[in-house]
Amino acid sequence: MKKLIRLTYTKWFTIIKNGLVNSNPVLSATLGICSALAVSNRVDNAIAMGLGVMFVTLASSVTISLIRNLIPSRVRMVTYMVVISTFVIAFQQFLEAFYPSINEALGPYVGLIITNCIVMGRAEAFAIKNSVAYSALDAISNGLGYTYILVIIAIIREVLASGTILGFNVVGQGWTNWIVMSMAPGGFFVLAILLWIMKSFTNVGRT
Amino acid sequence: MAHLLEIFIASITSHNIALTYILGMCPLIAISKKVKTAFGMGISVVFVVTLTVFINWPIYNKILLTTDSDNIALLVFIIIIAATVQFLEMFLEKFAPSLYNAFGIYLPLITVNCVVLSVSLFMVTRQYTYSETVVFGFGSALGWTLAIVTVAAIREKLALTADIPKGLQGVGIVLIITGLLALGFTGFGGMANIQ
Repeated sequence: MKKLIRLTYTKWFTIIKNGLVNSNPVLSATLGICSALAVSNRVDNAIAMGLGVMFVTLASSVTISLIRNLIPSRVRMVTYMVVISTFVIAFQQFLEAFYPSINEALGPYVGLIITNCIVMGRAEAFAIKNSVAYSALDAISNGLGYTYILVIIAIIREVLASGTILGFNVVGQGWTNWIVMSMAPGGFFVLAILLWIMKSFTNVGRT
Repeated sequence: MAHLLEIFIASITSHNIALTYILGMCPLIAISKKVKTAFGMGISVVFVVTLTVFINWPIYNKILLTTDSDNIALLVFIIIIAATVQFLEMFLEKFAPSLYNAFGIYLPLITVNCVVLSVSLFMVTRQYTYSETVVFGFGSALGWTLAIVTVAAIREKLALTADIPKGLQGVGIVLIITGLLALGFTGFGGMANIQ
């Protein structure tokens, strides 16, 4: 028991808890919600987008943490941009080669990972002043925090909009599709209600 | 000409970049407390978007495509956007200080506004001509300004009168407002087509 309590005070435990729960990027700071709402109309798109953001955050955080002593602070923003866009291009090429249908569905939103505030936010707030291992852990926990919220939203929207999860029918016969859920307004409403529930009943997103 | 007008109308209404493509949400939520600041942000976005697509189109179509290096388009676009914003900031500070005082604070925020990059990316996926690109960029930015100013106006009124549940205060209620606005904008669907 004592060991367990001591564990909760270690640095890596705090990093994981902050990324997933306390300062979850979507729920606490509403970062990166452009893509969170735009691609969450289907679960498979949401998973692809979540993994993409996690990969880009991880790779760019590790790179920036590695060269953090070499970056002059005046040009650090431009450095982040170049590093991030390089990894986004890598991810885009990967999707194009192996998952062309998902690439088609995500469209320009893959390129927009560059302007996803989570990636740049982790670089500026964490990777620039922490060691490589902690930066990697921080990036993974934030990426996971983003992904699971995205998947929750996508499950709600896909079930309501077409009665399926990942293409499998889950509601049976006689279900009327809520078309509005697959469009932009549905995304806004689902995220707003999710925020409301999380803020009222849980500690998620409370810094 | 009629075709250009259709793209212009579509990019403001039926294909509004904020309300149908859900882009530029971070500033739309963060800077929509007051109509005045929302309008300032909107005007800066209109200026930067139009200027960057004006530069990005020739670079993409004349240099990147002819040298078969369009897979680094993302990197080139983001560098051009960052450089344009930086240049604009210095230019305004030196030659138009009054304008700089009004809009200067918004400029650094625009580099990470997804509207700017997404207009360049849509230009690529839809294979627009030069004039179509400029009209589409200008219209999209105007449409985004329309969205942020409307949201800000509703928020200003709401702050005075509404009794909002505790969990919905702040971001939650802005999402609901934007959602209702987006629902209203679906009424424009079919009025004008973007292609």
